[in-house]
Amino acid sequence: MITGTPKPIDEILEMIEPYDNIIVAGCHGCVTVCRVGGEKEVQVLSSTLRLAREAAGRPLTIKEVSLERQCDPEYVEQMRPYVGDFDAVVSIACGAGIQFLAEKFSATPLLPGINTGFLGVTERQGEWSERCQGCGDCVLHLTGGICPVTRCAKSLFHGPCGGSVNGICEVGKDTACGWQLIIDRLKKLGQMENYTKLKPYKGWDSSRDGGPRRIIREDMI
Amino acid sequence: MKSGSNLEKVLAAGHFSVTAECGPPRGADPDIVRKKAALVKGNVDACNVTDNQTSVVRMSSLAGCMLIKEQGIEPLIQMVVRDRNRIALQSDLLGASALGVRNLLCLSGDHQKFGDDPQAKNVFDIDSMQLIHLAKTMRDEGIFPSGDKLEGAPKFFIGCAVNPFADPFEIRVPRFKMKADAGADFVQTQCIYNMEKFKKYLELAKRENLHERVKILAGVTPLKSAGMAKFMRRMVAGIDIPDEVVDRIAAEPKEKQAAKGIEMCIEQIQELKEMEGIAGVHVMAIEWEEKLEEIIGGAGLLPRPLVQ
Repeated sequence: MITGTPKPIDEILEMIEPYDNIIVAGCHGCVTVCRVGGEKEVQVLSSTLRLAREAAGRPLTIKEVSLERQCDPEYVEQMRPYVGDFDAVVSIACGAGIQFLAEKFSATPLLPGINTGFLGVTERQGEWSERCQGCGDCVLHLTGGICPVTRCAKSLFHGPCGGSVNGICEVGKDTACGWQLIIDRLKKLGQMENYTKLKPYKGWDSSRDGGPRRIIREDMI
Repeated sequence: MKSGSNLEKVLAAGHFSVTAECGPPRGADPDIVRKKAALVKGNVDACNVTDNQTSVVRMSSLAGCMLIKEQGIEPLIQMVVRDRNRIALQSDLLGASALGVRNLLCLSGDHQKFGDDPQAKNVFDIDSMQLIHLAKTMRDEGIFPSGDKLEGAPKFFIGCAVNPFADPFEIRVPRFKMKADAGADFVQTQCIYNMEKFKKYLELAKRENLHERVKILAGVTPLKSAGMAKFMRRMVAGIDIPDEVVDRIAAEPKEKQAAKGIEMCIEQIQELKEMEGIAGVHVMAIEWEEKLEEIIGGAGLLPRPLVQ
């Protein structure tokens, strides 16, 4: 899923300072699962903002909405009938959702209520970690199902570097060495021959480095 | 001769070679480099110039190379893949060769987290293994990796680094072999304190015949004090200093610890000199260049041979 973290409340209050009548918009997708932008978080954020503004002597009107997904036009369009009645929208969906609202409702300021994080997994209640950078050219079949681009701090294709000690990466004691994980898994799978092959230079053109990306599936159009 | 560098010639002639390193300053003052160069001169076959080591910004490695070259020392340019993509790396390889730098050390580079700009964007477009391959392709095939022909191929004696003490130990020799396959001509090791573990590593490397394919220069760093040993052990990832080494220097009174560190370093070089498969030493006397002559001379490695 796409993960995220709430923005500090003071930062959001500063963003909405000019406005008295706003929408707080959540999303039932990834951000609901990682508990940062779902229906419940819309309620909590709205109450906090109302209380803060009341205390400051400038009461705030908020419409609370939660879309099925902010990244799909059919759900985004549900906001069209009323969005023009408000000064601004604080979205607590991921960066894709926030931008999609901004594109669709070009006359209304769109404000981010969260910082979008990474493509990751739930380690346990309250802990998520990164797994994929969406580089557009997957090599997981060669690396024991563990991504060197994401899990190695240097995205090395022939790791581990000299900074790997007892399975820990040089960047910090809470970071596992991605290459130690890859080697452990390759050994378990009997695939160490994959390790000793020289890999070609990665083509980053399929990643963000090639410019904003687009997928067109002719079979679906 | 692949590069015609002095280091390559000395090694090819079968001499036990000596390299040292010179860290460029945290500023634009060339005299700092010149002063260090004066301490290095005559004691080595080539001198590494580091490339923003530990991600701390310093004068560029290429500029440092030119400054020591002007002083009559053969430079060995260190190049990390942390800060430059393949376009900049190729360009700098061409520039360094054009300016007469004939030795190259291909490195990943410490993560930028350790430096004074931890918020910097890292590059790691290709890795150190691939940089070796890139330099070899340009040198031996006279083409860019993209396939286009070069207007003059760069000439480098291509080096890599290995750390026999990082984990997991079992892949350290296979990874060295990959660097040999990628095109490394020589290797400089991480500084060695744990000689037993290094001997084990060297045996495994010799079993793969790597000492015949790649000139192995063993890395040593003299300890200035017991405090330095303890600090390095605690703070530097991939440094292995056994208790007996720390205890030996700690047993001396503080004012005699530096002399003890030098004595231990000389002993170690003499031991390395006798080991089959070791072609030279890389003496990293970090900010202690004034002791190079004492260490290298003490190990019986002076004067350095002149090879035509």
